[in-house]
Amino acid sequence: MSVEKRQYYFDQSKGMGIIVKTVTRLTVGIVFLFGINVALKGHLVPGGGVAGGGAIALALLSLILAFGKETALKNINRKRITMIATLGMMMFLFLGLIGLIGGNLFSTHFMDNEGKFGILKANIIPLFNIAICLLVGSGVYTIFITLIMLQVRKGSDK
Amino acid sequence: MIELYILLILMIIGSIIALEVRDLLSSVILVGTVGVCLSIGFIMLKAPDLAMTQLIVQILLVLILIRATISKDVRFINSKKEFGIFIIVIIGLAVFINFADEVVNNLPIFGKPIMWVSQTYLKNALNSTDVVNLVSKISLDYRIFDTFGAMIALFTAVIGVLAIGRQRSQEKD
Amino acid sequence: MIYLLCFVLFGVGMYGLLVKKNIIKLIMSMMISSYAIHIFLIASGFRRHGRAPVLDLSNNMQKAVMVDPLPQTLVLISIIVGAAGIALLCVVAIRLYQKFGTFDITKMKEEIED
Repeated sequence: MSVEKRQYYFDQSKGMGIIVKTVTRLTVGIVFLFGINVALKGHLVPGGGVAGGGAIALALLSLILAFGKETALKNINRKRITMIATLGMMMFLFLGLIGLIGGNLFSTHFMDNEGKFGILKANIIPLFNIAICLLVGSGVYTIFITLIMLQVRKGSDK
Repeated sequence: MIELYILLILMIIGSIIALEVRDLLSSVILVGTVGVCLSIGFIMLKAPDLAMTQLIVQILLVLILIRATISKDVRFINSKKEFGIFIIVIIGLAVFINFADEVVNNLPIFGKPIMWVSQTYLKNALNSTDVVNLVSKISLDYRIFDTFGAMIALFTAVIGVLAIGRQRSQEKD
Repeated sequence: MIYLLCFVLFGVGMYGLLVKKNIIKLIMSMMISSYAIHIFLIASGFRRHGRAPVLDLSNNMQKAVMVDPLPQTLVLISIIVGAAGIALLCVVAIRLYQKFGTFDITKMKEEIED
């Protein structure tokens, strides 16, 4: 560990203490992978896109809570995370609209069912789960960082 | 199902205390315990998807509510009670529970549901795809428009939070 | 009897919505009411000695002893929409606090009338 990093770890002014920082650094990746796992296996085991996206958002939130908002928001700022939310919504919409090609109904299954793609044996339902996961995770994260930026001060808006 | 009765009574007591206590932070945490009790109840009623979703959403909501009440000068409530409104509301709720009793007597018995629409879903469960989890199958295949509407609502809420939560006063400073 | 307890829980939420004056308490009352409706819907689809709605591909006779998956789907959608609405309400409450300096709705009304 470099000297600057070590100084940062012992700096008590940003975020919480050193124990919380170390434990968060160890667990945040596991929680993130758990969220991706729940979202991708939504058609096989209980879970789904909503729970997976919520778990991903919780991993990012624990980063903010432990390390302080300046460190966490350095790479993941509001513009990028809003773009990911919009991407999820557009993915959901276009997956539905592709089914309209050829005079079929909304969200018709357009892949074949022979299981050529391995994970896509369940047709387009995992893709819908991924879209929901992107939208829920980044949307909840956007809501929370907007709340953190808001300062609760008495009568500051008068 | 004696555990379910205990859980529901616990939820009722918890929500009454959460509404009556004067400390706002304790109240938020009590609502969190009520949500966790609901999650355990979903597991008892054989709904594991909902248990996971409820637990994660509950943690997020408690974080958001704590963020709203974190500043120290708003934590305690000092307001006098008005007993007229209190008594009228209690009488109204007693009438409501009385009518609810008659409604409950006309519902199907607990433990024997009328699965009318679900029969079709269960019959065609494995026809088109290999989706094993039936909740995922129904919500993303037969009832895709409901999920689409929910996602539109969530996206609109995100845009609304971004629009309402702008820091206009800070830019002026 | 379980249905009646769900109605009582809904009544508790309604009581808070009608009597309380703090905005955070009002948001909590809405959450409690939605919990009552969720557990009522799930309990209406419960089958005694049933199993969770996840199929086992090696067993064919299991569909007869499965709980109703349709209310679970509807409640799943309801949880998402409710969480989004409550987050929006919290942001509105914080903005109101910034404007009026209180969470109490009667004090807000007095301040508007002054």
